[in-house]
Amino acid sequence: MAVGKVTFTKAEREKLAEVLWLLNWISVVTGAILFGLGIFLKVEIQKWQEVMSEQGILYVPHMLITTGLAACGINYLGSKICLDCADTNKFLRWKLVMMPYIVCTFFFTACVLAGALLCYSIRGQLEESLYQGLRNAMRFYKDTDTPGRCYLKRTLDLLQIQFQCCGISGYRDWFQVQWISGRYLDMTDGAVVDRLRSNVEGKYLMDSVPFSCCSTISPRPCVQHRLSSASSDFSYDHQRQPLNLWRRGCGQALLDHYTGVMQSIGLTVLLIWLFELLVLTGVRYLQTAMENVLRLGDPESESDGWILEKSLAETACYNFDIIKNLGKCYQVDDDPNINVPSVAAELEVPSQQVQVQS
Amino acid sequence: MPFMSVKFNLQKRVKLAQGLWMFYWLSVIVGISIFSLGIFFKIELRKRSEVMDNSESHLVPNLLILVGMLACGLNAFGGKMCHDALDPIKFSKMKPMLKPFMLLSCGFSMLLLLVALLCFLMQFSIYLTLAEGLKNTIRFYKDTDTPGRCFMKRTLDITQIEFRCCGNNNFRDWFEVQWISNRYLDMSNDVVKDRVLSNVEGKYLMDSVPFSCCNPGSPRPCIQHHLTNNSAHYDYDHRTEELNIWTRGCREAVFSYYSSIMTSIGVLIIITIILESMDVAGLKYLSTSLETMTDPENPECESEGWLLEKGFKETFADVLTKLKTLGRANQVQEGGDAPEVSPP
Repeated sequence: MAVGKVTFTKAEREKLAEVLWLLNWISVVTGAILFGLGIFLKVEIQKWQEVMSEQGILYVPHMLITTGLAACGINYLGSKICLDCADTNKFLRWKLVMMPYIVCTFFFTACVLAGALLCYSIRGQLEESLYQGLRNAMRFYKDTDTPGRCYLKRTLDLLQIQFQCCGISGYRDWFQVQWISGRYLDMTDGAVVDRLRSNVEGKYLMDSVPFSCCSTISPRPCVQHRLSSASSDFSYDHQRQPLNLWRRGCGQALLDHYTGVMQSIGLTVLLIWLFELLVLTGVRYLQTAMENVLRLGDPESESDGWILEKSLAETACYNFDIIKNLGKCYQVDDDPNINVPSVAAELEVPSQQVQVQS
Repeated sequence: MPFMSVKFNLQKRVKLAQGLWMFYWLSVIVGISIFSLGIFFKIELRKRSEVMDNSESHLVPNLLILVGMLACGLNAFGGKMCHDALDPIKFSKMKPMLKPFMLLSCGFSMLLLLVALLCFLMQFSIYLTLAEGLKNTIRFYKDTDTPGRCFMKRTLDITQIEFRCCGNNNFRDWFEVQWISNRYLDMSNDVVKDRVLSNVEGKYLMDSVPFSCCNPGSPRPCIQHHLTNNSAHYDYDHRTEELNIWTRGCREAVFSYYSSIMTSIGVLIIITIILESMDVAGLKYLSTSLETMTDPENPECESEGWLLEKGFKETFADVLTKLKTLGRANQVQEGGDAPEVSPP
């Protein structure tokens, strides 16, 4: 009992081949789109790589890039095959390649699905990487003279300006790090020395934030310093001035940004996967129909096409047996070509000799 | 003696028609890009119209949109004509439309030349509008409670951050205006009162700049206040400090951005003019080669194509006499063309 059996006339086979040729060319374009999406994601991740603690999530765009290139190649070959399939003579050229090609395409389609699912599942790893990376960036904000950390200040400032965020979860995170380098602190000033001594780790902490936390939509010029004491600036009450600094934390802002990008990419990849599956089904029908035509011998006759020759369970058992027997290449069990001396065979020889003599 | 005549056989005519059809469709694509560039330029001007006092001229983008649409239509029609030209029935139908179409194309090229000139000349107008607009925006920076000026602060902050600039000519423009509103000044404070009273116009001036002037690439946290006072900050010399705030003026920064847009649009229009002229020349060759076929029934025959039927000077003289007689169409000639009166 074949799975999904459909009967094709000669005209229908030719139409199917033509349509599949066109669909394969469209798939080459979607493969190029997949490649482009991978490159776009890689560029987006590399833009803010400095505030991510691990580079592990780069495997998602790398996977998309390789899958896109593979899609272009596989579908180009597929279009060539489908073009030749309209004619039974030309099909003979590809007969042996078709089955491996279909198996390859099936596994490749599974890779595309895996890529799409990865895009959705990466959020947890990304969150951890971002929060850790931002914590480090804030700690090393002042180290603009240390090689390897010179540009962290600029990156973090540009991040806060562009994403309209401040600190990791809020502006108070800046109160817990020393973000002014010792090089710019006047150690002869009593106030500075007092503040340093009063801190357990000898850090110069203030209730101030860098300028990049300032909100552009605030109606008053930015208040950056002495943020927690209400009487510091005239008519400034830090609880009633929500517009002065950016309220959102950069961890949340970056996470939202990347989740949005990856969700749209994931959706596009899913649509591409569905399209590839459709093309694969069409190619399978074409392959089985053409093989049946060759088996029947008459190129003008109708033939059947199917997805699986036997039912799903039988095909699974059959393939499982093949895999089992793959390992038993050199074992002698059932091979009729190997001469295994047995008692029954020895007994038979004399009776044959008797026959010849008479 | 035809001007620049070329001999054509069937193959050459077919090649010319096909090549010209492709050129016309290339011109349609160029027309679409001019249209989209016009829309882009209009949006860019609108985005920053507050910095230009809302008085910027939208002449150039409007003209670009119009010219883009005209180019698309004209060139699509020209492409259709090339496509039909090789079919003798269709060619005879479209023969009367050829001359007006070519005159229209020439007129359109003149319009394109005018637009290209405008692209280069209107840059001066933008420069002057920017200078005036920025001066006013800096003056009204503090008036975030006055209707009509609420968003000047936000626009100027975003502009200074985006274009990496500070002030009109440079950051010292901020020293000459009061950019902190009186609402946020503690008038009971003696220091504040002194500063206000010591100024002739009663303005609270400081040697400070807003936060949007800060350069994120500076190795030290931004110094915005007491910029000219070296002793106010540790290890600070305002004469040698380069990276602290942006040193470029916003007028120069924004102008160079708009200038680059207008220059590239001008270059594209000049390329379009060259393309259009080539299209008209090709169409003239095609039409003359089809008209001068010695044997219209035989498509294989040879023919001759040219740009001008007589030489350059003679054609010019012809055109002049035509223009002169145009003016005298309704005057009665002496002893000349009196209408014949049939005898009763």
